Amino acid sequence: MAQFVMPQLGADMTAGKLLAWRKKVGDPVKRGDIIADVETDKADIEVEVFSAGVIEKFLVQPGEKVPVGTPLAIIRQEGAAETTESPKELTGPASPAPATPLAVPLPPTAPLGTPRLHISPAAKKLAAHYGLDPASITGTGPGGRITLQDVERAEQAKTVQPEIEGQPDRQARMRHAIALAMARSKREIPHYYLSTTIEMTRSLAWIAQANLKRSVEERLVYGVLLLKAVALALRETSELNSKWSDGKVIPNADVHVGVAISLRGGGLVAPALHHADRLSVDELMKNFRDLVQRARAGSLRSSELSDPTITVTSLGEQGVEAVFGVIYPPQVALVGFGKIVERPWSSEGQIVSRPVVTATLSADHRVSDGHRGALFLAAIDRRLQEPDTL
Amino acid sequence: MTKEKIREIVLRALGQIAPEADLAQFKPNLRIRDQVDLDSMDMLNFIIALHKELKVEIPEADYPKLLTLDDCTEYLASRQELLAK
Repeated sequence: MAQFVMPQLGADMTAGKLLAWRKKVGDPVKRGDIIADVETDKADIEVEVFSAGVIEKFLVQPGEKVPVGTPLAIIRQEGAAETTESPKELTGPASPAPATPLAVPLPPTAPLGTPRLHISPAAKKLAAHYGLDPASITGTGPGGRITLQDVERAEQAKTVQPEIEGQPDRQARMRHAIALAMARSKREIPHYYLSTTIEMTRSLAWIAQANLKRSVEERLVYGVLLLKAVALALRETSELNSKWSDGKVIPNADVHVGVAISLRGGGLVAPALHHADRLSVDELMKNFRDLVQRARAGSLRSSELSDPTITVTSLGEQGVEAVFGVIYPPQVALVGFGKIVERPWSSEGQIVSRPVVTATLSADHRVSDGHRGALFLAAIDRRLQEPDTL
Repeated sequence: MTKEKIREIVLRALGQIAPEADLAQFKPNLRIRDQVDLDSMDMLNFIIALHKELKVEIPEADYPKLLTLDDCTEYLASRQELLAK
């Protein structure tokens, strides 16, 4: 038996509203199936399920807004007998549940209806400081453990929720969600910043040549080379492809590059290009184009919002030469690119005009040091000088 | 196809990519990207939309000929294969 819970789709999400179920009771589901539509402050999301089984019960009805981690449905795993317990007995309202994976197998030894509280000493102390009852906090750490971030989120939800309830406007709610995440980032993460100038002659020539052979629909934009270069460079400095959770660094096994996409009318989302390091440039371009279109149409999937392991932002189109971004927790790094400009450049003893781009790194000093960050930017540069290898 | 019809198609393509744009106030002789917030992905989607509607293959080298609405109309009208339709 597994609970399907309200996922946490980014650090700025504390609750979600179930818009619709995409499946019926009795329907079989497999990993990756879209099971529900959920409204967050930023967008309407297609939520996927990550365990196979048969839907046994819905615990939340469309229209209900519930906190992250709240059980939404019971999924009977293949081969398991039907349950006789009521949903209430299976999942008390204060039951801590992790956000990912979205469907969480119930521990077989856990007494039903009396969930044991898992909370770190630091989180417990912080909860006491804020006057919060730990039993009312949804845990998103391993095994539903309540982390420092969960306590911070609960405190923010307590103080802020009543204000935003009165703001039905999606733009206002998105601005608010971004404000919470960015304020938390700046409050908790000791950022350090690096920048370097990268010559783009070879990459731009490679793109121009590649596009000559392509139909309009298959053409590449230079941004896709930047994304691939970041993804490959991350393999060399894996600590930047980690997350910081409950005072510890947790490495990510895969490279899922979050791409900051500005939305029409304001705000932004940063969904993941999954396995960006393993995709060919053409595959990456196809996925990138699809992602941008769906982000702006409001049809992203839950895994795209919960999976990014780093974020890349490019403000080049807006005419700035460099951007020093704010890290999106629990990620530990953000890469920024400015616009490509012609600048004097020294080459073989001559001063020549060359297209260059400024690449920046904002990184979490708890996880990496400037030296490693510098090596990472140097790796991005090296990759962009060898576009054939991207 | 008349220039008026081409202009309509260009504006429709822009409207699909940037639904927030006020096309009624669009100035045909000013740069499109100064009037509508378009990034390089939007520009590619704009070119793809024109290609689909008008069956014109627009090489990347010709993008600088598509800076304004008037530019687009003139450029697309000048393509022989289009006028032959």
